[in-house]
Amino acid sequence: MELTGHLVLDTVLWTLIKVLGFLFVFVLGTALVLTWLERKYSALLQNRIGPNRANIGSFRLGGLFHMMADPIKMLFKEDFTPTTPNPIMHRLAPYVGLVPVLVVFAVIPFGPTDQMQISALGVGILFIFAISSLNVYGGVMGAWASNSKWSLLGGLRISAQMISYEVAMGLSLCGIFMVYGSLDLQSIVRAQGQVLFGFLPAWGLFMQPLAFVLYLACAIAENKRAPFDVGEAESELVAGYFTEYSAMGFSVFMLNEFVEVVMIGCLGATLFLGGWQIPGLVEGTTPGMIALQIAAFLLKALFLVWLQLTIRWTLPRFRYDQIMRLGWKILLPAALVNLLVTGIVLMALDRA
Amino acid sequence: MTMTPAAADTVRVGEDMILNMGPSHPAMHGTVKMVLTLDGETIKDMDIHIGYLHRGFEKMAEMGTWQQVLPYTDRLNYVSPMINNVGYVMAVEKLWGVEITPRAKYIRMLISELSRLTDHLTSLAAGAMELGGFTPFLYAVEAREYLYPVIEELTGARLTTSYTRIGGVAKDLPDDYERTVMKAIETMRPLVTKLDKLLTKNRIFYDRMIGTGELTREDAISSGCTGIMLRSTGVDWDLRKHQPYLAYDEVDFDVIIGAKGDNYDRYLCRLEELDQTIRIIKQIFKQMPGGPINVGDWNVVLPPKHEVYNSIEGMIAHFKLITDGHQVPAGEAYSAVEGGNGEVGFYIVSQGRGRPYRIHVRAPCFYAMGIMKKLSVGKMLADIIPTFDTLNMIGGEVDR
Repeated sequence: MELTGHLVLDTVLWTLIKVLGFLFVFVLGTALVLTWLERKYSALLQNRIGPNRANIGSFRLGGLFHMMADPIKMLFKEDFTPTTPNPIMHRLAPYVGLVPVLVVFAVIPFGPTDQMQISALGVGILFIFAISSLNVYGGVMGAWASNSKWSLLGGLRISAQMISYEVAMGLSLCGIFMVYGSLDLQSIVRAQGQVLFGFLPAWGLFMQPLAFVLYLACAIAENKRAPFDVGEAESELVAGYFTEYSAMGFSVFMLNEFVEVVMIGCLGATLFLGGWQIPGLVEGTTPGMIALQIAAFLLKALFLVWLQLTIRWTLPRFRYDQIMRLGWKILLPAALVNLLVTGIVLMALDRA
Repeated sequence: MTMTPAAADTVRVGEDMILNMGPSHPAMHGTVKMVLTLDGETIKDMDIHIGYLHRGFEKMAEMGTWQQVLPYTDRLNYVSPMINNVGYVMAVEKLWGVEITPRAKYIRMLISELSRLTDHLTSLAAGAMELGGFTPFLYAVEAREYLYPVIEELTGARLTTSYTRIGGVAKDLPDDYERTVMKAIETMRPLVTKLDKLLTKNRIFYDRMIGTGELTREDAISSGCTGIMLRSTGVDWDLRKHQPYLAYDEVDFDVIIGAKGDNYDRYLCRLEELDQTIRIIKQIFKQMPGGPINVGDWNVVLPPKHEVYNSIEGMIAHFKLITDGHQVPAGEAYSAVEGGNGEVGFYIVSQGRGRPYRIHVRAPCFYAMGIMKKLSVGKMLADIIPTFDTLNMIGGEVDR
């Protein structure tokens, strides 16, 4: 296709608007609110009040301004660099971790029509696997460059953990491609608009229930949050791989975690909860319908975010070797069995 | 104590990692340092350095009168201060041959059991938190917060209670104290149930606790472990039952014993003992006798204030007790009570000069810390956390 100058400009502008709207407003916005919401929600679970002091004048809004107060504080803190042979690597690590997580959102369809996706990549989900595996480099680089034993132990733990769970997660999602016959996320979401047995929406959750559980477990493990937070493990390793980070470096590691929470929510909603599909409604063409379906997608994503927060504040932490055992001996075989059963069922349906 | 991270001949440089865990480390509460020799995450050797919280309690005790030692004892095991108060005055009374009144005995039992509740709740809470369960931690701490106002109402302080006196206790129970205590316990108990539900059958928690920090019965006995450390290995030994003091032989309760002596057993023992303690408290209130809270002898107990101000005998008795101290006869005595962690013993020596000649505290955690290395070597770095928690090391007691 030959692109004229006008069309190129149009595409670039349109993409920029999508990046701004989806990535900067929704994703980073949610991540920012999460920094406050996580503390507030955990307070709710724990019979506490939680952060409620930050205010602008007499406006408190239940402490919502904490999400602004925290970054401001972090910006003005001393950015400490330990005595290390790799100061540049140390400085770079948090961003190396953050970028892949943000890039993943490029292929998430947040609404109906092909425009509602920053980049309509045909190999969508493979792209996600490829990019999100890079995430581990941030933590490992930071751990290595910190020149601290606690960081090193934390870095070893997260690298082993993230690489192991990558495998189980990949296999758990293979069932989804097989069922919907596509790697493109928008097509997967479209396929989830069908109806199962006359009443159930053909969501991934109902087609592949085991895969959903496996995905959630693996995704939380990849994100290194409790109960899988052995890399951080504040009672064992002080703060694990980011022990030697202060100010914005630390902040970016935390932001990384929260963005990934949103990412898990978005990907989970796309693959398992029917994306922007609202059962009973066809793909929207009018602006009102489109807005409604975008809202449905965001709500589903937020539901999964809430689920992750609840898990985070309910369960205690695994031990490092127990995480590995869970990953390789339970989740991986379960994913394989899921794949096998899916294959057999698909074959049987094909024959019939 | 010398610092020997590892023997030079068994370790080649570049193979094992020497890791200084503590004294400033999130898990090393009560400030203790562990020098670990790690092979990957497996602990090959461990050297425990205690003493970071040393205040010289035993030496300070020699400087004042017998009664002036009491406030120091609050700071020994600071999560159950009143058990120390009771333990100390009992040792002095034993040496002196003072028999306290029945009501004082019951009040002392009551405060010991209240302290046992706070002690066990603290231990359960800290254990949960360090395994990443921050929610159960706050449930247990909240439960404890219902008990502290009760203690405060009685003694005027949450921690620095100094409630007992040689020959009795400082003051009588406040009005309607039974209802206050029972109400606090009724508010507290559901929170413990929540903690129980969140942890006991949680697979992650179970896997962390079961089989880690396993203590054999022989090791427990030979190393001098007492309390829950000993009972979790299946040894039926509770000073309240087998060497009854105060009026513990008049109340009915079960000694909770474990089977395997691992962290999970110790956790369960603590959880169960909470209920036994509540059972004892109920009986104490039911059987609480009336009468004076102090012995009448002005050589032992300060005379009432109106006697001090209005009679010459009272004033002289007050003056002599304050300036000369209690005239405890020369000799030695050892007396022990069942504390939150085990046998809290006071060995006191008197030369009859109104002040202690020497006091030694047998701190239960001190002996438990002695076996810590054996429980940890060969296990993983992460196993130190539950072991150290269920062992419930209290710096104030170990380092004194």
